[in-house]
This record gives sequence, structure tokens and C-alpha cells, in this order.
Amino acid sequence: MLDNLARARWAVLLSALFCVVPPGAAASAAERTLANGLKIIVKEDHRSPVAVSMVWYRAGSMDEVSGTTGVAHVLEHMMFKGTQKVPRGEFSRIIARAGGRDNAFTSRDHTTYHQQLHKSKLALALELEADRMENLQFSEEEFAKEMKVIMEERRMRTDDDPHAQLSELMMATVYAVHPYRTPVIGWMNDLENMRLADARDWYKTWYAPNNATLVVCGDVAADDVFRLAEKFFGPIPARTLPPRKPQVEPPQRGVRRINLKAPADQAYLLMAYNVPVLRDVDNDWEPYALSVLGGVLDGSSAARLPRELVRNSRIANSAGSSYDITNRGPGLFFLDGIPAEGRSAAEVETALRDQLRRLVEEGISEDELRRVKAQVIAAQVFARDSVFYQATRIGALDTVGLPHDSADRQVKKLQEVSAGQVREVARKYLVDDNLTVAVLDPQRLATGPRPKAGNGRDE
Amino acid sequence: MTSRPKVLARLLLLATLAYTVAAQATLPLQQWQTARGARVLFVETHDLPMLDVAVDFPAGTSRDTREKSGLAALTLRMLRLGVEDLDEDQIAERLADVGAEIGGRFDVDRAGYGLRSLSSERERDEAVAVLLRVLQRPTFPQPIFDREKERVLAALKESDTKPETIADREFKRLLYADHPYSLRGSGEIDTVARLTREDLVGFYRHHFSATEAVVSIIGDLSREQARAIAEQLTSGLKAAAPLPALPPVPRLAKEQTSWIAHPATQAHILIGQPGIKRLDPDYFPLWVGNYVLGGGGFSSRLNEEIRQKRGFAYSTYSYFNPLAQQGPFQIGLQTKKDQAEEALKVVRDTLAKFVADGPTLQEYEAAKQNIVGGFPLRIDSNRKILEYLSLIGFYRLPPSYLDDFPARIDAVTLAEVKEAWHRRIDPARMATVVVGASAKP
Repeated sequence: MLDNLARARWAVLLSALFCVVPPGAAASAAERTLANGLKIIVKEDHRSPVAVSMVWYRAGSMDEVSGTTGVAHVLEHMMFKGTQKVPRGEFSRIIARAGGRDNAFTSRDHTTYHQQLHKSKLALALELEADRMENLQFSEEEFAKEMKVIMEERRMRTDDDPHAQLSELMMATVYAVHPYRTPVIGWMNDLENMRLADARDWYKTWYAPNNATLVVCGDVAADDVFRLAEKFFGPIPARTLPPRKPQVEPPQRGVRRINLKAPADQAYLLMAYNVPVLRDVDNDWEPYALSVLGGVLDGSSAARLPRELVRNSRIANSAGSSYDITNRGPGLFFLDGIPAEGRSAAEVETALRDQLRRLVEEGISEDELRRVKAQVIAAQVFARDSVFYQATRIGALDTVGLPHDSADRQVKKLQEVSAGQVREVARKYLVDDNLTVAVLDPQRLATGPRPKAGNGRDE
Repeated sequence: MTSRPKVLARLLLLATLAYTVAAQATLPLQQWQTARGARVLFVETHDLPMLDVAVDFPAGTSRDTREKSGLAALTLRMLRLGVEDLDEDQIAERLADVGAEIGGRFDVDRAGYGLRSLSSERERDEAVAVLLRVLQRPTFPQPIFDREKERVLAALKESDTKPETIADREFKRLLYADHPYSLRGSGEIDTVARLTREDLVGFYRHHFSATEAVVSIIGDLSREQARAIAEQLTSGLKAAAPLPALPPVPRLAKEQTSWIAHPATQAHILIGQPGIKRLDPDYFPLWVGNYVLGGGGFSSRLNEEIRQKRGFAYSTYSYFNPLAQQGPFQIGLQTKKDQAEEALKVVRDTLAKFVADGPTLQEYEAAKQNIVGGFPLRIDSNRKILEYLSLIGFYRLPPSYLDDFPARIDAVTLAEVKEAWHRRIDPARMATVVVGASAKP
């Protein structure tokens, strides 16, 4: 699974990359839907004889309810525990013997299972994936052991990582109502009290062909993939999905502030503003403007935050921003920073707010605007170097309900963003009533061992 | 763009199918030397309108001394922060304006810069023009040096609170004692604090020379264009005396275990020994064996014993990191504090049994199937091939290294795997670090 910080970084990548395609650059993907509702998207890329297969379930932590947080991710782990045909652990062994790699990840919006293999082995991946969509076995013994693994995962990713803890607390503060308030990994107490039946119920509720999308990318022919998908997934019956409640977050009315004490050497500041995300590729404009705004602030080392806060004024040792343009749920625009020696989190906050004030009062230059647009175009070309990444982008777009082939239109919209629009979204959204500020208050280790020179590690 | 043979596809076809028969084609890898003596490796592929370039030097951590630990990394970091005719903001802006990215490349043996750019003429020329200044004309401005030193020191202070950092540095100390491989790339708080601008200028002059440079290029350009870029990037480099070889690494004399207290919820456990060199004759048998022990992800023995059977850890692994001299063989995991000793015992038993008996026939075959069958995934992007070019150039591997790879793995026998592990890894003389244990048992 991806924790919040990793997710935020990933989101930056996604928002930076998947918006723009140079006109006529990439072949579009083919799409088909089986009678049982399974959607299949195939993107041919014949550079290498490899294929990536991904099944995206539209069920993530945002679909969980109170008391069983983390169950989406628990089920992800249970999906490797075997079926009648394929005993525990065999799924990955079979893929490995075929020269492949497999794994899965859970996010707030979705759960994804993927394999990378030589193109001749694609059928194997589809057959195995179809089998566990329908025939997963649930053993109390395996479940008990896997819950221990998941609690270790939580300790590793969150409990022993102060920045991850702060991020977790931030989400729980920003959202009082929307399920984005809970961490993907789940609260520890919920994990301690998770039952096998919770995981089984989750599987029976959401793991259905009509709640999934198969994405295949690589050296394949779309028609062959459609045929294989029909063969393996076609017989799985559709299921009635429960209604999804919108759980809309009421508007924020006033700045919220939180503090967290945790073992660390330096303070860390995280700020989040409620902002819109992309819902309508053709008619929205604000998300595109926010995306460009993110590029102006932190799109490269030439951007404003590293230049002004880190290099020129020396207030921060690092400073950045991130904005995920596509979510199933509501959006946030993040700013963060680590104070330089002798500076405080409050000073970094003042400096960041000062940057926002300048944006609103002075706007951005045409040079900055052009630079950001040049970068997104280049980044889009670079993204095509990875077949895995291409499949991920397609799946992510589809999961949030946007057309997976809307990339060209998104480029066009992004290129149309004006300096005035960037200023306008800053003025409208990056305001105090919309802001949550989280500060890590570092608690230095009392007897922290600080070994002598030369005992260290390499990068 | 002209339509050219699919270079990647050709390469991969060869890799996956042809190793059982006599190789008919060769890797479309071209190699030559520049006028100044730099080694160049080039793969021409026009599938995407972009190019990747890497220029590496023997200027990694292993070229640091204990007294000036951190010098190599800080020198590399400073190269892009000021050149003769551009300041750091101008460097960043000129790259961003053409959508190009440059980034430092730094590991134990190597240091250098990588460039990724669109291949269209304006973008490519501008990006190369900036990179060549970074490599050839850095000025190490004093105020920026002072600032970056402060930033490195702050990052070190933060890092030193973390159990994984504490474990890593203690592990290196146990494995490498006085050898430069014991040093941490980012340096130490007291050594970095003492570094001066003159130290950096001197390090740059001795290590970033044309004769030591390895230039790797892949992408949408002709051989002539690649040749011109390689000349540009190296012609202005200074001449320098050849660097001495790194000293060999002695084997561990005895078993050693360090227990270090830490308030984290998990204990961090590392176990290992000095491992192998990049050109080690045991490289392939050890690799096949390591897949079975802890390299094969979900399928490995360590994963089965630690995670699947007992739920002790989210992740556990073993690997060799082959370097110019013996890089580490390392096993690692993190587990809830109160079960650290039990987990450690399972790891030790698993390793001892593996070294004593080797893999089963079935495990051995599954390992080879995965490594050989999965070879296409190792080279399915320009980025991945670039890393192999750099590796082949830097460590002077045979030009046919990639061509030969599947056949070399396939030729490894079960007896060779057992024999190599038996000879190279001694479970009775492992270095072990446990950070987070409440007290020494």
C-alpha cells in the first residue's frame, strides 16, 4: 500500500505527468466491456516483448466504514492466500517461475493487483487473476498471521516515521466527515480487532467484474487481450454493488492547527488547503490552473519555493508543494517545509504564506508559465519510457471516473491556462478559512547514540 | 522520425530466446573512446523522441577518507550550483525552460551526473550545453558551499535519530572496519563541519578527469551525434593522475553482534559479511542461490520462514551488492521489539541450513527460470539500459555482458551454487546489528 506521504509524492508525479501529451505522440488505447461489466483497456507498446497486466478494483480505504478501517488493505494481503486451485503462496511462485514479478497496492481510491512478464505469459496472469476474483479462500490461521504482518507494516510505515504520523493526523483533522480522514493502513486498534469475516465481507461486496478494470499495456494485440479476458473473466457473474454514499465534507470555516510531538531532530511543517479536483475534463478550468500553480511553486529546482525559501532567504532546508489533480474524493493543495538551522516552523509558515500573497498580488510571469508548460510536455514524453507507468496512469484515470483517453484534451486545457487564472485560483482557494496547519514538534532522543565518524552508510 | 528496427525488441528477443542457440545478432551496443580517453557506450533507439546521458567518475564514497568523510558527495552536489558563466538559478532555469532534467548519481564507487532531455535539436543542445558546464566549469561559490554544508549537517542530524540509519552505519563498521567501504556517503557531522571549499576544489581536480570518465548514452540520436556529445562533455575535463586501486576487503575474523537501544516500536536487524566484487567468478552461482534465500521476493525462504509462517515482518530480504571490491552481503528485516531475538534466531537458522544444504533441485530450477525468463524486464526501458551501459563501462565488464547474461545464469549448476555458498558465506562468522532492542540479552 502507499502511505500518505508516499502517496503525495506519487500524486505529484501523476499530476505532473498525466495531463499532457504532445499532439499525435502516443497511440490511444482500445477499450471493451464484457457482459458481466468488466472493463478492459489495452494500450499497445511494442518497444519490448513485455506485458504489464493490472486489475483495478474500485474499492479503497474511502469505501470503508468505522471500526474496520484498513480492511481494503487487509484484503489485498489476503488475496495472496490462495484459492481451491492455487494454494497459498502459489500465485506468486507461478508468476515467478514464468519470469514475472507481481505485487499489489491499496490506496484511498482503489486496490490494484499487477504482474509484469514476457508477453508470451500474459494468459497465465489473466487466468490466475480471474481465479482469485471469484474463488478466494479464507482461513483463520492464515488471517491471524497476516494481521501480524500488517501491524508490522503499520509500525514500519507510520508509527516509527514522524512525518507519516503527522500526515495521518493532518488527514484526520482536515476531514471530519469524508472517509479520507482514515489512513489506508487503518488505525492500529481497528487492525487489532479485525476479524476474518470483515475481510470476507469486503471481498464479497466489492470484488466483482462490474467493479473492476483490467489494464494491459505492452507488446500485445488488443484483440488477443480481449479474447483472453473473455475466456478467463467472462464466466464470472456480475454482482449488485451497494450504493456509494457521497459523504460530502462540509465547508471549512476557519484555520485549524495541530501539533504532534514525535522523536525527531528537526521540526516539520505541513499545510493543506481544500481545493477542487478534475471532474469534467472539458469544462473544468480550476484544477488545471492549480496544477500550473503547483509547477510554478515546486515544479523544478527553478521553481519559487526552492529558489526563494531554500536558496535565497535561507529560511528552510527544504520546501515544496503538491497537488493531486485526480481523486475520487475531495482535493488538497499541500505546502511543506523543514526550517533551516535557527529558524522555526512558524517562520517557514510565514514565508510560505508570503509566497502565496505574492502570487495573489503580483501574479506569475509569462516566463514562469512557459517554463511549466515546457516541463509538462517533456515529462509526458519521458513517462512513455515505462510500460508499467503507462498502465498505472490509465488505471488511475479510469478509477476516478475520467476518460482514460482524455490525455490529449487535458494537454490542450493545460496549455490554455493563463497567468490570470493561476492568480485567480490562488486568490480563491489558498486562504486561511480553508487551511489546516500541522507542525511536528521534535523530541530529541535523550541518549541518542551518535556514533563516531566512519561508521555510516552509503546512499 | 525515421522508422528504425526496434532496438529494444531485438535485444530482448535475443535475450530470451537465443541463448539456447548460438547468438546470431549482437547487442547494438557501440563503444569507443573520446579524444581525451573517456570511455563511451551508446545504444541508438528512435522509439521515443528523447535521450538519456550519464557521465560517471570513480568519485563515490570509497574515494573519501575517514577524516574528510562526506567530501565526495558534497563535491558532486556543488557542481550544479554555480559554473563560470551561470549561477545556480540560471542553471536551474535553463534546464527547466527546455524540460530537461539533470541529477546527481552517487554510490559507493561512482559519482556523476545524468541528463534526460527531449531529442529535438534546440532542447538537446541546450541541455548538453548546461551539463558540460556543470561537469567542466564548476566554481564552488563560497556562500553556496556554506549553505549546502548547513543543509547536509541538518539532514545528518535528522537521519542520525532514525533506527535504520543507526543500524546501517554500525553494520558497515562491523563489516569494513578501516576500509573506505565503512564510510557513509553523506559523511559525518564532525567531518562535514570541517570541510572547506579548497577540499572540494582539490577533490574535483583529482577525480573528475577525462581518462576516468565513463559516458553512457541511449536514445534518439545518431552515432555521429552521440560522438559529438561525448566529445563535448569530456574535452574540457582536466587531466589527472590515475587513481589508485581500492584496497581489498579482509574476511571477518569472528562472529560479532551489536545491540543498540532505541525508542522505536520495531527492532531493525541486519546480518551480513563482506560479499563479492563486480567481476567475481562466483557472481552467477551466488546470485542464483541468493534468489532462493532472500532475493526472490514472495518466493524466498526468508520470506517463507519470517513472514508467511510466523508473521514476524512485512519485508525481509537478502542481497549481494557487488562493487569494485567486496560489497556487502546483507540480510535485513524489521520486527516488533519483543520478538526481535526470536526472529533473529529464525534468520540465523535459515541461513545456516541454506549454506549447509544449498537449494533443493526444485528451488534451483525455479530460480533460474525466474532470472532467465525475467531478463526482458531488466532492460525494458531506456532508463534501465542506461544503467547497464554505465555498469559495463565503469566496471569494464565485457561488451557482451547483456548478451551473455541469460546463458551465464542458465549454465550455473546446482553443485556450483552449493559450492560457492559454502566457500563464500560462513554462518559462524556473521556480523549482526540489532537496533531497537531494549537491552542486550
